[in-house]
Amino acid sequence: MTDPSRRDALKCLGVGAGTLFTLQAGVFSAFDMAQARVEDMGTPLFLQISDTHIGFNRDANPDVIGTLNNTIDAVNALPHPPAFALHTGDVTHLSKAGEFDTANQLLSRLKVSELHVVPGEHDVTDGPGTEFFARFGKPSNNRGYYSFDAKGVHFIALVNVMNFKPNGLGALGEDQLTWLKDDLAGRSASQPIVVFAHMPLWTIYEPWGWGTGEGEQIASLLRRFGSVTVLNGHIHQIVQKVEGNITFHTARSTAYPQPPAGSGPGPGPLVVPPDQLPGMLGVTTAIIGEKRRISLTDTTLA
Amino acid sequence: MNSKLFAFVLLTISATGLHPVEAADVSVIIKNFDYSPMELNIAAGTMVVWKNLDGEPHTIASVDGMFRSPALDQNDSYSFTFNRPGVFKYICSIHPKMKATITVK
Repeated sequence: MTDPSRRDALKCLGVGAGTLFTLQAGVFSAFDMAQARVEDMGTPLFLQISDTHIGFNRDANPDVIGTLNNTIDAVNALPHPPAFALHTGDVTHLSKAGEFDTANQLLSRLKVSELHVVPGEHDVTDGPGTEFFARFGKPSNNRGYYSFDAKGVHFIALVNVMNFKPNGLGALGEDQLTWLKDDLAGRSASQPIVVFAHMPLWTIYEPWGWGTGEGEQIASLLRRFGSVTVLNGHIHQIVQKVEGNITFHTARSTAYPQPPAGSGPGPGPLVVPPDQLPGMLGVTTAIIGEKRRISLTDTTLA
Repeated sequence: MNSKLFAFVLLTISATGLHPVEAADVSVIIKNFDYSPMELNIAAGTMVVWKNLDGEPHTIASVDGMFRSPALDQNDSYSFTFNRPGVFKYICSIHPKMKATITVK
């Protein structure tokens, strides 16, 4: 199932692979991880994993279980494993109970204390999302959106895959937007905020629905905060934007890549040569450093 | 029922001999993130069969909630019989940009 050469290649993950993005005063600066000192790395706070698509078995990756297992092995082998994990949706490919069961079994191997999951549109094709909510609905009383605090950071889980705008963009809906306003009201502007949801919360490419209809309203609620990190999945590739103190960042999938915006008929699985696949799959880790700086590190399976 | 359509239906039944019912099945193909045809006119009692040819899953979800398919993987099909007249809009709940309409007379 697992290609031995791929497994060997994974051993270097976290000790030099990738680029470290340091966020300070809302501005990203990138530097090579090989030059980063251990004390610069801060405390690993959380892992973002996304778009595991358990159940997918087509040409773009016939073994999504294998690549997820490789990802989990790599995360567990990090010298300082993250305290908890966020899954930004599309846990499964077709919302099937068996796919959720397999995904849960695999993800339970992650050496983290908590796993917070928001649904992707692939997870709720059964309408109100019975299978997803039966497993992950508890923290939110089956609403899907909720918030929690960890290490002084306020985390907000949003659901933007159960209502859609007429143009195909994701949407929170009125109830959730009101909840978000209330959740942020009265909160100190100096508290770092991390918002996570499946579909990008800003418009990346409207013709493919890569965005959220209330993006501007959401951003306007977040602008007064000194440090805001918005994490999404859905598009199976990294796209990032910095606007004032808000950093928007999408994660790679652990299952298969998708084409860049507008390339081809639609946002489906992208078939690449097998030796290129590990370099297009991966996860994001976040550390909180001195002065509550949040830094994101993207690592691939290559 | 539209007499021209009725004649077509009768012709189809006699040609295939598969469904000795009032109306023949009508197919909608899903390919390259589109429903084809996007606008369909049928008689009440007609069963519509959707088939997904894309490698990406799609669904058929009516805007008013009357019908909703599970996620269709490549080459999977879903069918629904329209028994009452009306205009029924539907989307793919995975790719809501995909829209189509069925008019039942």
